[in-house]
Amino acid sequence: MSAVTSERPSAGARLAALGRTLVSPRGAVFLLLIVLLIAMAVLNPSFAEPSQFIRFVQRVAPVAIVAIGQYFVIVGGEFDLSMGSVVTAQVVIAGNLIGQDEAKSLPVLALMLAFGAFIGLVNGLIVTLLKVPSFIVTLGMMLALLGGTLYWTGGAATGNPADGFREIGRGGIRGIPVIDILPWSVVVLAVVLAAAIWFSKRPFGRTIIALGDNPTTARFSGTRNWWVKTSTFMISSLSATVAGVLLVGYAGVHPSVGRGYEFIAITAVVLGGVVLGGGRGWVVAAAAGAFALEALFTVLNFAGVPSTYRDAVQGAIIILAVAYSATTFRSRRRGRGIEASPDATSPTSPDAATPISPDAANKTSPAPAEERDAPASARPAPIPSTSRADNETKGGS
Amino acid sequence: MRRRYTVASAMVGALALLTMAGCTTDPNVAAPTDDAASTEESVEWFDQELFDKQDAERDVVPEGPDGEPWLQHINAEMVDTSEFAAEGAKKACFANASISNPWRTTGWITMNQQLEVLQEAGVISEMETRDAQDSDDTQIADIDYFIEEGGCDVFIISPNSTAAMTPAVERACETGKPVIVFDRGVQTDCPVTFIHPIGGFAWGIDTAEFLIDELEEGDKVVALRILPGVDVLEQRWAAAEKLFDEAGIEAVDYFTGADPAEIKKIISDELAKGDVQGIWMDAGDGAVAAIEAFEDAGVDYPVMTGEDEMSFLRKWKETGLTGLAPVYSNFQWRTPLLAVQKIFAGEEVPSEWVLPQSPITAEEVDQYLALNENMPDGHYAKFGGEDLPGYPQVWEDRIVP
Repeated sequence: MSAVTSERPSAGARLAALGRTLVSPRGAVFLLLIVLLIAMAVLNPSFAEPSQFIRFVQRVAPVAIVAIGQYFVIVGGEFDLSMGSVVTAQVVIAGNLIGQDEAKSLPVLALMLAFGAFIGLVNGLIVTLLKVPSFIVTLGMMLALLGGTLYWTGGAATGNPADGFREIGRGGIRGIPVIDILPWSVVVLAVVLAAAIWFSKRPFGRTIIALGDNPTTARFSGTRNWWVKTSTFMISSLSATVAGVLLVGYAGVHPSVGRGYEFIAITAVVLGGVVLGGGRGWVVAAAAGAFALEALFTVLNFAGVPSTYRDAVQGAIIILAVAYSATTFRSRRRGRGIEASPDATSPTSPDAATPISPDAANKTSPAPAEERDAPASARPAPIPSTSRADNETKGGS
Repeated sequence: MRRRYTVASAMVGALALLTMAGCTTDPNVAAPTDDAASTEESVEWFDQELFDKQDAERDVVPEGPDGEPWLQHINAEMVDTSEFAAEGAKKACFANASISNPWRTTGWITMNQQLEVLQEAGVISEMETRDAQDSDDTQIADIDYFIEEGGCDVFIISPNSTAAMTPAVERACETGKPVIVFDRGVQTDCPVTFIHPIGGFAWGIDTAEFLIDELEEGDKVVALRILPGVDVLEQRWAAAEKLFDEAGIEAVDYFTGADPAEIKKIISDELAKGDVQGIWMDAGDGAVAAIEAFEDAGVDYPVMTGEDEMSFLRKWKETGLTGLAPVYSNFQWRTPLLAVQKIFAGEEVPSEWVLPQSPITAEEVDQYLALNENMPDGHYAKFGGEDLPGYPQVWEDRIVP
């Protein structure tokens, strides 16, 4: 991103750089999204109308918010499998506690946020202090929350909360020219995304990436690893809470709301070019991954793919897309493992670590390659440090 | 590295092509395959003989005590159970498929209240229940456990799936103790009695006929289905699809998993594509979300069939839409325990105990809303537990035993 905006090359060079960015794994998700949106508009011209499109954005907002939360956990080197069940639990909490009493909206909302933060804190502390792999911790949390929800509801929806509370997910500002209605969900998504971009540019946000890249160096540079990691889990649980608030408005209360969201979010994040295992990624690409995924579902629907094998087609396309970014990343990593150490020592100031273009990857002396390929290094995200050899991470916190 | 980029670009190109191919060629290619797939489905699940049987059963006046539909039966062939006649309280073993949806939860609550009555009457000493949580494997293990070490006097089985559970049910029959199967069926007639409402085809006929009457030829119906592969659900759609086809109604079906977010997404997409005049559901769970999608899009309400779940009945009344609530009689959860009582008393029972199943129409909806005024949204209006202890509190609080 920095290269595209700050270097001001000629229009042609900029276009070429943009093209390269779009085919690179980091930019591929945007290309995929554009292709899917065009396909959607071709299949169903009414979709291209702004009022229809904004409804699409409204619908994707909860998924995108969950993906943004998951991004922080993944880029920090962990997983959060409990997000979907946090959404479910929050939806049920809203339904049961608010009921038809609109006055309870704010207190219950505060309670939901506190509950979300608490779940994240528990996940984070077990991962960091007890050193249990996050995969297991959050899997356990997922089952615990789902079981708790089932116990509480008896497997059935208890009824939707007051309409005033549901307005956040269902309603919007009406009477706006062109788009007709500006759903509150879209506003919330914009705010969350802006906050996420701002946050990931702050030192603390950088530290998360550094931690995901190499916990040992992060620790040596004075990071309180346990707190940084715990906070990523709190961010993800809170984002799941926000998604839950939107979903309870959009869809209503049902124990199946939120089901599978953790996997959709992880897929979206990976589709957005974020590396599983941490250390690389751009939050906007993760959000774009969520949009691409939902656009894919919609295209398959518009294309009239029969319901019996729609899932299979979805799966195949997702595997292809993810495999694409994974193979290119791996080939880059292999070529560059040797030069990891110099840059990895300064992960907290990613902009200082000059992004190295893939062309430099198979050169043995990184310095001249960096200079020569500087204009070609147009990437959507600053890369905080180079890749690491796997054994470097073994001694991590 | 240049070469890698070429490969990478080629892959993106291929992916894009694939995606586009999947879409742009659709009108020519996908439409025929769609038809082929649907015929295949119909062939698989559609059974003309069963369709005709259930079609006829809809008009039969059931035999049995008035006002107690859970003891009524249609066209029954009675079997003698005098060989099982015995004194004293018996232990029942119940292998349940799951309580993972509101219909099953409601039925399970009713069953437990019925159990209380029979325990007080000294018919049943205790009922040991194993919940298979929607898993065939678990349920087979549950049934085998009951056979080997359950010390059961009678087996009650609510099968998770038809074919997979047949051998296990046969093993239970081989013990020589009475076996009662209800809800979903098995492919053997060894159980003493198989209890079920008329069935999926009757549901499909009731709902499709209603929509066909209310709509015109060429109108579009969106069918929202919970999940594939369960006979009672597949038969509902098989019957409805056939009738829609014959009447020239355009029907598209989706699997929703009863997730309201998914339902809303499907309906919004369909409304973006074009007008939708009717909604057909194979179960009412999520009906409210479907109706709300029409509200959000600012278009007229569809003609709709849901289920006798309270959430749908309430939304139906509130919006005043044209609707029908088909019923998959929830009161059938009482019948297996009452069958236990009859079997140990040596009274004859129907070998196939077909319970009445009649939809709630617009004229009846007020009456059912009033009867179930304080019940939660996931409650089913025809749960048939009004004369049991704990009514209405137990169902209102929805305490799952």
